[in-house]
Amino acid sequence: MNIIFQVQESEQVIRGIIEGELDTFTAPQLKEELEAMTLTEGMHVEIDLSKLNYMDSTGLGVFVGFYKRAKREQANVKLVGLSSRLRRLFEITGLSDLMEIETDKKVEVSNEGI
Amino acid sequence: MKAFDYIEIRIPAKPQYVSVARLTISGLAVRVGFSYDDIEDLKIASSEAVTNVVQHAYNEGEEGDVVIGCALYESRMEIMVADYGNSFNFEEIKEKVGPYHEEEAIDFLREGGLGLYLMETLMDEVKVNNEGGVTVFMTKYVTREQVEENVERITS
Repeated sequence: MNIIFQVQESEQVIRGIIEGELDTFTAPQLKEELEAMTLTEGMHVEIDLSKLNYMDSTGLGVFVGFYKRAKREQANVKLVGLSSRLRRLFEITGLSDLMEIETDKKVEVSNEGI
Repeated sequence: MKAFDYIEIRIPAKPQYVSVARLTISGLAVRVGFSYDDIEDLKIASSEAVTNVVQHAYNEGEEGDVVIGCALYESRMEIMVADYGNSFNFEEIKEKVGPYHEEEAIDFLREGGLGLYLMETLMDEVKVNNEGGVTVFMTKYVTREQVEENVERITS
């Protein structure tokens, strides 16, 4: 149940990957990491969620907060590698209309952690 | 024989134990025979209810428990999440809960979370009782079996 946030910085692109479970216990850690990130105009932030095997509204809240800040700083945020389940969570909450998300069919099977 | 098996767990209202409640629900849902997708729905919905207690039920510095009661039926699961420390009489409280009112729901979600919305979307039925602490009562049916039953009824 760890969130590993790896950032590869190159010019205007930041890539991160979140692994494990994102709930009320782990969300503050992610929130802190995202808040510490310096965003500049035109920057692209791509967050890979293919190894995230659980998320609820606390996780959605963290992403919404980060998205709002990125918007303010005129940076771009993209969430990639979403399983169809994770995508559904963004869809039923209406956040998929707001944020850029990308589904990855390959992560379906590997994501069946209990 | 009783119509359902009842399992109750009590955990401290602390963030690090929400996943414990979630894993318990997941294990019980497997016993009932829910599909993988339905189990994921149950995990999220119950986590939302437990998280709400962890975040809102007790004031800072005040320690409390969250009680999670699960009734396992042939083809459905009822989950009750309560924020007061005493164990409850499952059937007695079930009688008391009713549809929540708009203003209660807003208070319930006072930090603007999506929690209750997700519970309602992912479960078949959600009720909230605000008397003497918040109790969330929610039900999910095993979808596949329901469909099969309906098919039989139509064809016979």
